[in-house]
Amino acid sequence: MPDIIQIEHLRYVYNAGMPDETVALDDVSFTVGEGDFVGVIGATGSGKSTLIAHLNGLNRPTSGRVLIDGRDMWQKGEDLRAFRFLVGLVMQYPEYQLFEETCAADIAYGPRNMGLSEAEVAARVREAAAFAGLDEALLQRSPFELSGGQKRRVAIAGVMAMRPRVLVLDEPAAGLDPEGRDTILSQIRDYHQKTGTTVLLVSHSMEDIAKYADRVLVLSSARVAMYDTVEAVFDRAPELLRLGLSVPQITQVFLRLREMGLDITADVYTVPYAVKTVQKALAAKQQRKGGAADAP
Amino acid sequence: MLRDITIGQHFPGDSVLHRCDPRLKLLGTVGYIAVLFVAGNPLGIGLALAFLAALYAAARIPYKMILKSLKPILPIILFTSVLNLFFVSGQGQAPLFSWWVFTVYPQGVRYAVLLSLRVIALIAGTSLLTYTTSPIVLTDALESVLRPLGRLHFPVHELAMMMTIALRFIPTLIEETEKIMNAQKARGALLDTGTVLQRVKALVPILVPLFISAFNRASDLAVAMECRCYRGGEGRTRLKVLRYTRTDALCAAVLVLALAAIAATRWLVPGL
Repeated sequence: MPDIIQIEHLRYVYNAGMPDETVALDDVSFTVGEGDFVGVIGATGSGKSTLIAHLNGLNRPTSGRVLIDGRDMWQKGEDLRAFRFLVGLVMQYPEYQLFEETCAADIAYGPRNMGLSEAEVAARVREAAAFAGLDEALLQRSPFELSGGQKRRVAIAGVMAMRPRVLVLDEPAAGLDPEGRDTILSQIRDYHQKTGTTVLLVSHSMEDIAKYADRVLVLSSARVAMYDTVEAVFDRAPELLRLGLSVPQITQVFLRLREMGLDITADVYTVPYAVKTVQKALAAKQQRKGGAADAP
Repeated sequence: MLRDITIGQHFPGDSVLHRCDPRLKLLGTVGYIAVLFVAGNPLGIGLALAFLAALYAAARIPYKMILKSLKPILPIILFTSVLNLFFVSGQGQAPLFSWWVFTVYPQGVRYAVLLSLRVIALIAGTSLLTYTTSPIVLTDALESVLRPLGRLHFPVHELAMMMTIALRFIPTLIEETEKIMNAQKARGALLDTGTVLQRVKALVPILVPLFISAFNRASDLAVAMECRCYRGGEGRTRLKVLRYTRTDALCAAVLVLALAAIAATRWLVPGL
């Protein structure tokens, strides 16, 4: 399958020529295959938000190319809007973009801009609302009377309703309580599994990335530091810590255990897997002890 | 796009002009504007422009910043100079040319050129003030300069506080607008094509969220100020007290001399 996103030597400079000129992205290259779930992680100011704004044509690269589905979006004659419908972008704190009188009308804004028929728009609104876990009664209410978490889900539904082939979410769970966090992220995973949409999830939380993503893109001071499967990236935990990023707490525990001399793998990043690893290690230990069955 | 608006923008630096006392710069700018209107002949305006160019050089601000600040008011300059061109009639002068109802006299050309140069000097001069002075410092200076009016129960402190807050929130609101515009563009909003009515309609998805967030911010700020027992200017002391230094005295001397020279051209060379 061809790669849906190809980034080639992307460089982006803010305020070029001013005293406060800053390089936000420097020689960034990577590809994302169709149907992947990629976590994007990096310290504050590492260029995550700038990078995803490029996927949607909101930033124009200073140099380098951004190819979506094999086409360069900044080539002459290309319609930027077509790329925006191809790559749906959910910005940070997307609830601030709500403006319509009812949630349904707000979710319909994107599909309507695509020039779809009213019947098609209505169908998409219902579908997206279901993915975002919004019930019918809520759709007829004003978005401004909803709770923060509900608003957030309306905003995400507004992008899902455009049926993009790539869904990019910038910190979709930021500022929500743990329950709201899990709800939104598992809805995104379900959406990914049911529709096969490629998903890029920007997050600060290693736990979230470990739980939901297949691959991880680590950005550090405007460059790609690592891009690999979740296992391979967390296996380089000491490097992540040096980049100012944390690893999941459970991985930290296992790293310490290994440092203390225990014969244990350190590529543990979810609790269920941790339980299995501990059981396996205990079983191995008991076998080694042989007859001494009463040993702890 | 929105970031191109340079009126009121600060251009950080460490030149003599940046370090100069803001009250002096504020009064100097007012003086400069007054002198621009006193000096009526080409020599005066020429001197005023030369002085300004020297100040820009001293502040190490690139000249292209002048062009940037002039861009938004270019239509006004063009409009007024065209009006002058056609409506000023030279007494006893032969018209340069006349066509249909339009007649252009040499006097009209002179007025048009002088007036545009004057407006350019005015904008460039006031921009220099904001380029070299951060908005917060500037409102401090304004409060200090206007303090005598407080005796007449004029709410100087409140006015300065309002200005500080307004100036402080311009960049925030610009950033906010860009964010919202990007979010709606990502949902396929068309902002710069279509008929006038379509374009006005396309603004709704941007203005509604912008107003809501601006009101929220204002209310948050009011609560935050009340939590810290803000109760107006009475008895309030400052963290940074403005004091004139010896460099400021020197700057003031240069400024007064230059302004006097520009103003003097009106009487010294009246024939021009």
